[in-house]
Amino acid sequence: MSHDVLVALPLVIPLATAVIAMLFYNSRESQRVISVIGATALFAASIALLIAVREDGVLVSEFGAWAPPFGINMVADLLSAIMVLMTGLIAFTVSIYSLATMDPRRESFGYYPLFHILLMGITGSFMTGDMFNLFVWFEVMLIASFVLIALGGERPQLEGAIKYVALNLISSMILLSAIGLLYGVAGTLNFADLGMKLQDVDEPWLVTTIGMMFLVSFGIKAAIFPMFFWLPASYHTPPIAVTALIAALLSKVGVYALIRAFTLVFTQETSYTHQILLVVAGATMVTGVLGAVAQYEVRKLLSFHIISQIGYMLVGLAILSPLALAGSIFYIVHNMVTKTNLFLISGVSYRLQGTYELKELGSLYRYHPYVSTLFFVSAMALAGMPPFSGFMAKLTLVRGSLEIEHYAIVAVALFTSLLTLFSMTKIWTEGYWTPSKAEENDELPPGVEDFPGWTSNMIAMFVPILILAALSVGMGLLAQPVISLLIETAEQLLDPSVYIEAVLGDES
Amino acid sequence: MKSLILQTATRSLVAVLLLFSIFLLLRGHDEPGGGFIGGLVGAAAFALYAIAFDVPSTRRMLGIRPQMMIAIGLAMAGGAGVISLLAGEPYFGHLWYHTDLPGFGEIHLGTFLLFDIGVFLVVIGVTLLVILTLQEE
Repeated sequence: MSHDVLVALPLVIPLATAVIAMLFYNSRESQRVISVIGATALFAASIALLIAVREDGVLVSEFGAWAPPFGINMVADLLSAIMVLMTGLIAFTVSIYSLATMDPRRESFGYYPLFHILLMGITGSFMTGDMFNLFVWFEVMLIASFVLIALGGERPQLEGAIKYVALNLISSMILLSAIGLLYGVAGTLNFADLGMKLQDVDEPWLVTTIGMMFLVSFGIKAAIFPMFFWLPASYHTPPIAVTALIAALLSKVGVYALIRAFTLVFTQETSYTHQILLVVAGATMVTGVLGAVAQYEVRKLLSFHIISQIGYMLVGLAILSPLALAGSIFYIVHNMVTKTNLFLISGVSYRLQGTYELKELGSLYRYHPYVSTLFFVSAMALAGMPPFSGFMAKLTLVRGSLEIEHYAIVAVALFTSLLTLFSMTKIWTEGYWTPSKAEENDELPPGVEDFPGWTSNMIAMFVPILILAALSVGMGLLAQPVISLLIETAEQLLDPSVYIEAVLGDES
Repeated sequence: MKSLILQTATRSLVAVLLLFSIFLLLRGHDEPGGGFIGGLVGAAAFALYAIAFDVPSTRRMLGIRPQMMIAIGLAMAGGAGVISLLAGEPYFGHLWYHTDLPGFGEIHLGTFLLFDIGVFLVVIGVTLLVILTLQEE
C-alpha cells in the first residue's frame, strides 16, 4: 500500500465508521456491528502503519497535495505510529466491551458515531505535523468527548461535564493564543519548519516563554500538577466503557503533544524548560498518588492514579536521554493497557455486585477467583511488580534517570510506586478479600446466585479484559523487542533532523 | 403566533434563499462563497419557514432527518478524499475533470465540488438539528 493510504487510513476508517453508523441511526443492532468492524479495521490499519514506519522510516502524507510548510501534512514517525497502534488496540477492546455495558438509551442517542469521531480526533492529533492542525484535532476530540461524558444526562454526569468543558476550553484558549504568538515569532506552524527555524533564533527567551504557554495548555489536557483537578471530578461520572476509553486516551494525547513540542520545537533552553518539566513530573506523581490513597470509590481511585502516572510519563521527557525517554513511552503504552483493563474489570465487579464503593464490595475472591486473578495481574502491573509490564517500564525509566544521576526523581518515583502498591492492595483487600456485608449475615453476596452465566454479554466483557491482561504479562516477560523498538523511537525523537528531513525534504 | 404577512413573504423568500444558497455553493468553486456559507443561507431558509409556520411542516418540507443529512454530507466530504487516495494521490489531493459542455463552453469539475456539497449538507443538517430541536422544546 502506498504511504498516502497508510497514513490516511487511521483517519478515514473512524470517519467512515461514524458516518455509516449515523446512516443507520435508527437501528441500534446494525450500529453495534458497524462499530466493532470499524474498530477492528482501525486496529489492523494501525498495525500496518507501525510495520511500514519501522521498515521505511518516517512516513509523510501531504493532505490536499500542498507541499509543506504551506500545506498540512500528516506525519507518522515511530512515536506517532506507536500511539496510533495503542489507540487502535484500545478502540478494539473497548468497542467490544461497549456491546455488553452500554444501555440501549445511550446507544440509540449516537454513542457509536461519537465513539468513532473521538477516535478520529485522537489519531489525527497523534499524526498531524502542524501546530494549528493539532489544535483542530484537539477540538474534534474534545467536542466528541464532551458529548460522550454528558450523554445520558444524569445529574453527576452533567456536573462532571461542566468542569471538564470549562477547564478544557480555558486550555484551548491558551493554546490558541500561544499558537498565535508562535506564528508571530516564527512565521510558520509546521512542526518540522518550526524545529528548523527555531534552532538558532535570536531571542530564545521569547520562544521559551511561548513554550511555557504550550506547557500550561497541554498540561491542562494531560492533567499535570497543578492543573489536574478536572480529571478526578469528571472521569468517574459516565458509564464505565466511556471512562475506560477517555482515561486511556485523552490525557495521553496531552502527554504526546508535550513530548512532540518539547523534543522538536522548544529545545532552545533545555536546562530551564526541562528542569520545570522535571519538578512538575515529580509533583504530579506524588499528588496523584496521595489523592488516590484517600479514595474509597474504585473509579475515583483509578482516576487519581492516572494523574500520578502522567508524572512518570513526563520524567523521560524532562531528562531527555534515550533510555529515560524510552522508559516514558513504555510507561505510556503500559499505562494505556493496564489502566484500561482496571477500569474494565471494575465494570465487571460493578456488574456482579452493583457498586463501585470499596466499603460495599467484598468476597469477590471467594466467589469469582478468575475475575480476581485478572484484577490482580493488572493491579500488580500498575504498581510495577515483576514480571508484569509496569515493572519493565519503571525499570527502564529508573535506569535512564540513574544514568544521568537524577537521584531525587528516582526516589520520588519509587516512593510513588510504593504508595501505588498500597492503594492497589487496598482495593484487593477491601473488594476481594474482605467478606461482604451479606456474607457476614450468612447470606450469599450479590452476583453469586444471580450470576448471569457465560452469556454473550459476559463473553463480550471478558474477551477485552483477557487480551489486555495477556498483553500486560507479555510486555513484561518479552520486554526485549518492546524496549528495543522504544529506544529506536526515543533516538528518533532526540534527533529532530530525521523528522525535519522527512517532512521538508533534503534541501533543508 | 401566526402572521399572515410573514407566512406570505416566507413562501416566496424560501425559494429565493434556497436558490441563492446553491448559487453561493457553486460560486465558491472559484470565487468567495462555498459550501459553508451556502449551507448557512440554506439553513436560514428552513429556519425562516419553521418560524413562520411550524416545526412539523418544516420537517415535512425537508423530507429527510437532519442527522441523515449530516451523515450523507460527511460521507460525500470524506469520500472526496478517498477518491483521491484510490487514484494514487494524497488524501484530498483534488482531481480535476475537464470537459466541453455544449452551450456552456469549457467547464472543469473537481472532487473539490463533491467535498463542498458535502460541507453544504453538513452545515444545513447541523444548523437545522439545533434549531428544530430547540424550537420543539
